[in-house]
Amino acid sequence: MSELSELYQQVILDHNKKPRNFKKLETANRHADGFNPLCGDQLTVYMQFEDDRIADVSFEGTGCAISKASASMMTQSVKGKTRAEVESLFNEFHRMVTGELDEETTPNNLGRLTIFAGVREFPARVKCASLSWHTLHAALAGEDAATTENLGADITSEQVSA
Amino acid sequence: MLAERQAGNGVGDAASPWDVARVREDFPVLAQTVNGKPLVYLDNAASSQVPQVVIDRGSRYLQEEHSNIHRGVHYLSQRATTAYEGAREKVRRFINARESRECIFVRGCTEGINLVMHGYGRKFVAAGDEIIVSAMEHHANIVPWQMLCEEKGATLRVIPMNDAGELLLDEYEALLNERTKLVCVMHVSNALGTINPIKEIVARAHKQGVPVLVDGAQGAPHLTIDVQDLDADFYIISGHKMFAPTGSGVVYGKAELLERMNPFLGGGDMIRTVTFEKTTYAGLPNKFEAGTPAIASQIGLGAAIDYLNSLDRRAAHAYEHELLAYATEKLTAIEGVRIIGTAREKVGALSFVIEDVHPHDVGTILDQEGIAVRAGHHCAQPVMKRFNIPATARASFAFYNTKEEIDTLASAVQKVIEVFS
Repeated sequence: MSELSELYQQVILDHNKKPRNFKKLETANRHADGFNPLCGDQLTVYMQFEDDRIADVSFEGTGCAISKASASMMTQSVKGKTRAEVESLFNEFHRMVTGELDEETTPNNLGRLTIFAGVREFPARVKCASLSWHTLHAALAGEDAATTENLGADITSEQVSA
Repeated sequence: MLAERQAGNGVGDAASPWDVARVREDFPVLAQTVNGKPLVYLDNAASSQVPQVVIDRGSRYLQEEHSNIHRGVHYLSQRATTAYEGAREKVRRFINARESRECIFVRGCTEGINLVMHGYGRKFVAAGDEIIVSAMEHHANIVPWQMLCEEKGATLRVIPMNDAGELLLDEYEALLNERTKLVCVMHVSNALGTINPIKEIVARAHKQGVPVLVDGAQGAPHLTIDVQDLDADFYIISGHKMFAPTGSGVVYGKAELLERMNPFLGGGDMIRTVTFEKTTYAGLPNKFEAGTPAIASQIGLGAAIDYLNSLDRRAAHAYEHELLAYATEKLTAIEGVRIIGTAREKVGALSFVIEDVHPHDVGTILDQEGIAVRAGHHCAQPVMKRFNIPATARASFAFYNTKEEIDTLASAVQKVIEVFS
């Protein structure tokens, strides 16, 4: 499979066209806005957080196929999980898309999210895939905004050694 | 392979005397492959490529002439100073300024506009005053004026534009009044490609006694600039958009305005005398050039001007016009593609959107084909809002691009549509 078809797999294109949990969550008690000031992408993550668990989660916003699909699949993955489980998943996801975690050789809980592994071949798109996660992380921390303007946070290991 | 690729791209065509194959040889960066495909560089509005003669001039400076300028009595300092001041004179001729002291070296347009904001704006703009910008400005020609307005209690007024991306001059005239202190407009839009009628804009402002700053970032690479003919009060240039290295640029200002302005940065080289009680400032242009400047970059700008002068610039302009028309025709013919910015007078940039595909995804797929375009808001978020889109993909051209490259772009756009269908 070429790098391009690795990036734009059918599942990703499908989530882009029909994003899941794409709405404002009326029962939300936390939310955060995410911005990618370099490209203008913006989204809002809403969550109903109860007893240390994400009871429900949704998102709204505009962005590219990668950012929309990533947000869509993230909402499916984190629903019902505890804060610690979500933070650990975010960590694994982030390490996977920046090339620090090989999802094929290292045990992980990413499940269907490994479909985003192809993003690491496209350093300029890492921020697209991780924007929703940064925003979710901000909402969990009780902050109201996240941004990917700090490029250092999303730099791939390949970029560091360049 | 390069020569093969360029066969049949219109070279020798009677309608086009421009020898693009010959010109491409001047730009070593163009002869490479990206993702296994020949590089198609269509991101010239973001930054243009540098010809070998400019690279060589910079290298020669670093190898043989480097020293600090305006300081030493020694040989190298004098050579560096001569080369640096020589570049200033080349700039003067290039834009037809009256005197070279009216050409202030800065790192680029952003710094240049900020220089005028601090030097002119902070001195002459007061509470209740107004500054006019246009709806198509780059953030660099919006944000400094907003900061000034916030500081002074002044108001920012905006010249609107029509759906084609042309400024509405009657609405502009209606905005001008006795409170207007400055009009700030771009010569050519980086996001839409529109060429603004600067002479007309300046004339209407001057009727009310209002000076005009022109952001020439996209004007200088594509048009013949005559600041006296335009009668612009300030004309700002970024070197890296006209085939010079980054870190080079110019603020042209009329001497009588520059004389009345406050300095920008304080420090060495911009002073006449310094005591702890009082400092007096140097004359133009040094008053605005504190500290050691980007000497190699500005000498590179001088070399880029020499290079441009060595070309038939009229033929280059005609060829660029042809490229834009050809690209517009090719992309318009593709179903699902919409051009953003359809002004009658355009140059350089072609912004477009593809139905149901985000420009970032367009940019990534084009990159896989070796094509460099810009995807995003082009530092012009108000323009995106005006057209009710989050972003565009933008192909922007220089005289070294070919029609064949535009064909490659058009097929890659088709491919994007297939991937997302």
